[in-house]
Amino acid sequence: MKTGLFLAATIFAAACAITANAGPPPEVNDAAVTETRLPRALSDFAFFADGPGQVPANGVTPYRLNTPLYSDGATKLRFLYMPAGTQAISQGEGLLSLPVGSALIKTFAFGEGADRRLIETRVLLHRADGWLALPYKWNDEQTDAKLAIAGARVDLTTPRGEQISYRVPNKNQCKECHGLNGEVIPIGPKVRNLSHDWQVGLVTAGLLNAAPDMETPLPMWEDRMAAKPEAAARAYLDVNCAHCHQPGATASNSGLDLRWEQTLPGLIGIGKRPVAAGRGSGGLLFDIVPGKPEESILVHRMKSNEPGVAMPELGKSTVDEEGVAAVTRWIEGI
Amino acid sequence: MTKTTNFACMTAAIAIAVATPALAETIEVAAGADAQERLQEALILAEPGDEIVLGAGYFTLTDGLSLDVDSVTLRGAGMDKTVLDFTKQIGAGEGLLVTSDFVTLRDFAMENPKGDGIKSKGADAIVYYRIRVEWTNGPSSENGAYAIYPVESTGVLVDGVKVSGASDAGIYVGQSKDITVRNSIAEANVAGIEIENSRNAVVEGNIATRNTGGILVFDLPNLPVMGGGNVVVRNNLVVGNDEPNFAPPGNIVGGVLKGTGVLIMANDGVWIHDNVLTDNSTSDVMVVTYPQPYDDDTYNPYARNVVIGKNTYARSGMDPQFEGREMLLAAFGGALPPVLWDGLSEGETGLSLAAEASGWSLNLANVGDGPDTAKPGPLVVPVNVINYDEASIGAPEELSARIAG
Repeated sequence: MKTGLFLAATIFAAACAITANAGPPPEVNDAAVTETRLPRALSDFAFFADGPGQVPANGVTPYRLNTPLYSDGATKLRFLYMPAGTQAISQGEGLLSLPVGSALIKTFAFGEGADRRLIETRVLLHRADGWLALPYKWNDEQTDAKLAIAGARVDLTTPRGEQISYRVPNKNQCKECHGLNGEVIPIGPKVRNLSHDWQVGLVTAGLLNAAPDMETPLPMWEDRMAAKPEAAARAYLDVNCAHCHQPGATASNSGLDLRWEQTLPGLIGIGKRPVAAGRGSGGLLFDIVPGKPEESILVHRMKSNEPGVAMPELGKSTVDEEGVAAVTRWIEGI
Repeated sequence: MTKTTNFACMTAAIAIAVATPALAETIEVAAGADAQERLQEALILAEPGDEIVLGAGYFTLTDGLSLDVDSVTLRGAGMDKTVLDFTKQIGAGEGLLVTSDFVTLRDFAMENPKGDGIKSKGADAIVYYRIRVEWTNGPSSENGAYAIYPVESTGVLVDGVKVSGASDAGIYVGQSKDITVRNSIAEANVAGIEIENSRNAVVEGNIATRNTGGILVFDLPNLPVMGGGNVVVRNNLVVGNDEPNFAPPGNIVGGVLKGTGVLIMANDGVWIHDNVLTDNSTSDVMVVTYPQPYDDDTYNPYARNVVIGKNTYARSGMDPQFEGREMLLAAFGGALPPVLWDGLSEGETGLSLAAEASGWSLNLANVGDGPDTAKPGPLVVPVNVINYDEASIGAPEELSARIAG
């Protein structure tokens, strides 16, 4: 351990103690969000009035995504924080532009009601020099979460009853999904993947500059059977795969581009041969064979749990049967 | 050696970028319990200029490792002494992922990663030195694809590495430029060394043996980086590449014929000279066009400006993996000549010889025609000496300087 870091942590802990003693009402610790240190505990940020209960503090707004990223069936609690007096800017249908000092907070939990167990909370901090992604792992007592810079594994049971070794990503792995053109960016809060009503609410509260004009929102995942198969599947691929499979991102060298806005069939995998799939190809020739999901590498890799074959490479230990079904249904109809 | 202006510029840029930080540290990580967390934490907390030193012994790892800090050296006690063992890996697509620039990896081994061995993506000016990546059960389609896997990078030096068992390529450099692969051993992989969609590469002084194919240079369509070429393959020992192809079907190297020495496909400007090519049962040198259908206006499927210089050939072409091999062998007197061309070219710019070499051509009529349409005959190509500017090709000197002494 480096002396410099250790000192910084000590000083920071002292500073926090003073803040904590200042008493209610709970306010987010803006310094923890914006300063250069890596806060050791989730509670240092004071994002929650009640951390274990996931009750947000003042200025912290819960939100959901129309189509969410699959994470072994975890319940995910999402929150947006913006410092007082700042405003988000909508930029078409893509990511909201969030001011420096903002944070995106996502808690992963398994189990319902009294049995709910918080596993980890990931935070994305918008600092002056860019976004920083950090993972925090909840303790067994469920009182606080500690920075898990090297990641961790947690044995747990998924909602479908599978016993897994759940992976808390390390700091670098955060970047594998959140990296674009060398920078860390948020993935989730795209205008087209957020509730229109929620966004109007933000505008009313002065937190967003304008009610977004949305032509093609992503379908609500729970309503996917009512959506067109293509829309449900492409939304799923956009949310679950496109953060890596797009130009400038982690899997750019594959030449596969699974963003919602990509319309060229060859780039979304139709008739596309693999480049560096290795045994991930499963003996199949093309990423997507129209009408033949069973001959499509995309489906083969989604259905795998095996490292080196499974896609996504990170963030899943179990197969997302619903996601596989949605993509299968689409490919059958191409 | 005189470098071109390009390299001088790059070297200067590197000198500025890696100005040594005042407090560079050495961080020691020993094998033993919690190696995963301790090593990964060291890789994350390292600062530019730091050296992470791995102790001798086996490091048991369960997840992929990653490095995203510029100018870090990761050094072990030797490729047979420090072993990162991924036999029990349960996550990630590779053993080690590097995404930062000016990184030096040296003197350690990786065993049995579930996916690729070491991948470096968008990692400029990287050095792989005396690294061993091995799947210890030998050739198997269950092994990972690439052992050493730099991609989308400028400035790559691979020196003194040893790779075996990769189900695609042992050393694979893709979508990159200014590359040197030298003094390395690629054994029992599907492809020993592969240069793909890349420019300005030197492959020299390597041993490629017991692979399905020894050294491959080619371009594929529909990739972010296109237009590979300007590649020199020289002074290599490409011997006895006799492993039956064990690539999982669907991979492009699944089409490589057992017993291929050097294969050039769809690439522009390749100079092959002073290699020893022997005991490659199908062909010592093969120059072909990309045979598959494709939809990419920027892609040129032909091999262009390929020059075969003086090489040493012996005992090859004796068991070619072609339909009608008996007839072919009979026609050529028991062994096929060392150089094989598919006969397809774009104008006059296909293949030429810079030295005496016997060869044969499939004389295919059209791109995509199968070998069943071949009209085999003696090789008739220009004997044309092109002097490549070999000094301008390869990794920048700065990368060699980093491991000198």
